[in-house]
Amino acid sequence: MVERELCKVINRLKDKKNALIPLLHVIQERYGYIPPHTIDLLSDELNLSKAEVWGVLTFYSDFKLKPPGKHIIKVCRSEACLAMGGKAVQEYIRQRLKIDFGQTTLDGLFTLEDLYCFGNCACAPSVMVDGKLYGRVFPEKIDTLIEEILSGELKKDERQV
Amino acid sequence: MKGKYRIFIPRDFSSSSLGADEVSVAIEKEARKRGINIELVRNGSRGMYWLEPLVEVETQQGRVGYRNVSTKDVSSLYNAEFFKGNGNHSLYVGFVEEVDYIKRQTRLTFERVGIIDPVSIDDYIKHNGFLALKKALEMRPEDIINEIKISGLRGRGGAGFPTGIKWETVFKTPSEVKYVVCNADEGDSGTFSDRMIMECDPYLLIEGMIIAGLAVGAQEGYIYLRSEYSLAKEVLQKAINIAYERGYLGKDIMGSGKRFDLEFYVGAGAYVCGEETALLESLEGKRGIVRPRPPVPAVSGLWGRPTVVNNVVTLATVPWIIREGGEKYANYGTDKSRGTLPVQLSGNIKRGGLVEVPFGITLRELIYEFGGGTYSGRPIKAVQIGGPLGAYLPEDMLDIPLDYEALQRVGGIVGHGGIVVFDDTVDLWYMMRFAMEFCARESCGKCTPCRIGSQRGVEVIDKLKNNRGDEKLLVLLEDLMDVMMNTSLCGLGGMAPYPVLSILRHFSDELGLKKEINYF
Repeated sequence: MVERELCKVINRLKDKKNALIPLLHVIQERYGYIPPHTIDLLSDELNLSKAEVWGVLTFYSDFKLKPPGKHIIKVCRSEACLAMGGKAVQEYIRQRLKIDFGQTTLDGLFTLEDLYCFGNCACAPSVMVDGKLYGRVFPEKIDTLIEEILSGELKKDERQV
Repeated sequence: MKGKYRIFIPRDFSSSSLGADEVSVAIEKEARKRGINIELVRNGSRGMYWLEPLVEVETQQGRVGYRNVSTKDVSSLYNAEFFKGNGNHSLYVGFVEEVDYIKRQTRLTFERVGIIDPVSIDDYIKHNGFLALKKALEMRPEDIINEIKISGLRGRGGAGFPTGIKWETVFKTPSEVKYVVCNADEGDSGTFSDRMIMECDPYLLIEGMIIAGLAVGAQEGYIYLRSEYSLAKEVLQKAINIAYERGYLGKDIMGSGKRFDLEFYVGAGAYVCGEETALLESLEGKRGIVRPRPPVPAVSGLWGRPTVVNNVVTLATVPWIIREGGEKYANYGTDKSRGTLPVQLSGNIKRGGLVEVPFGITLRELIYEFGGGTYSGRPIKAVQIGGPLGAYLPEDMLDIPLDYEALQRVGGIVGHGGIVVFDDTVDLWYMMRFAMEFCARESCGKCTPCRIGSQRGVEVIDKLKNNRGDEKLLVLLEDLMDVMMNTSLCGLGGMAPYPVLSILRHFSDELGLKKEINYF
């Protein structure tokens, strides 16, 4: 994102007493993580110490410190999903992508994240792929979802050639 | 031009997760292809999630439904002229309101959910919307509070505190500025009633919050929404904007000269922020660290001002009570648990979904008669009630009535009204450990019993699993849970032992432990 655009948003919100978390959301959404230089920017503009900004952003699991892969897969780990075989789903997806939660594949294509509950508990197990939620996701469905992404990427590559 | 045939396809998080959006696109496309004039409404879900995507068609006698529709069924549905409500299709379920699951419910808070177009304010008004607000604008604050007290409404977020008393405290605490904060940080596994209200009937929450503001003398409100609920955010934002445009929010509510401003604030992935004081810290832009009480938020809440903090379903129940009267609400339910509770059936259950019923119904009726038993068809081993901090109960205890006090007597909680069912393949060691692991991960870190205790809990459970005959370890675990329950600052550390102790208490055989514990 152009820095100027970020400054505009900061200017719009900075007089609010509670602007920090909304602004971190804006940065997280645009960059996919919180780049270090934006921490300096926020602390200057909001008149907070860097420690305060750092403290807040590391408290919340939504804010990431590393850039994510191209596609983000989020898996629910809560009880309702566990009751429907969620543990097997978690294990399957980790094996399939050969990474653990919080990691990104070496090719930078997939980031795997875990969280507790999408509120889709009547249709468990739940998995979110690039912001779209899926219910009743059993291992076969994971294969389909991943294949879809991979074939989409392949088409993009072909177009570029 | 409006279509000749009205078709309803839900647009809520869960229906979409089962393909409702794709079905909606396919149905519109096919209508164009065949030259059929339809009007497609994206309603909310009725809460019968085992039927979703449930496509409904308006007929003169009422709405009929077609269950579990996928894009593959669209062509055959058109061949059967489903848009006329024809019954000659294998997915036909008949009149939706005649389906037993809906018919047996008492829908007060959820009276409009699934019926209306959520963002259409006119639809809301047509279905008795804002009648309560109109009434409340002519009432004295004391009378609004009194009506809520008569209704017996208790906080539906988990703690079950009487709403009228909370409001009265805020009303009586002198301050120029007061706030109404809606706790929409519904993080408990197995719960989705708040999400459904926000996605399927957002004006109801807005109306409830304005009434709360009028009752306590607050002119500003916040909805603290968890970030996982992206659709709720979109729907609420639209609804708030429209409510401002139409004069229900802002400086002159319905021409009364009274003001109420409302905005929402998105959390950032922290379970503990569902605890009201941590929520307030987070809303102030800080780390979500729990505050010691007293003072309670009703006396000193957001930025030190008297603040009503109520969860979504609680606030969304207020309009019905004001419209119909507190006494009528109190007629439902049991002695100290008045009214209805939107119960959420989930996990390994055949017919998962939202069931609003008066308190007093037994868990067995809910799970078997509404829920139809397990999804897998295997016997039920355990049921967890009230979220990740709720107790696990065995099958033979399911005759307990749904009631705050009755559940408390067996070490359980109503919590947020979520019921998660497990069949006999459940790994109870894993679930017990999970409760502590979850607490360790989500602890805000302010108090030692929760921060350290939960970590120690994980370790002791692991040790015990490998030394099942070691009674000393069992005593140690019990002791640790006792310390956490009695000395933690908030409900997270204070209730995380419930699942552990209830599993130890009721499932010692399955765990391979020789000794039972006698908690509860």
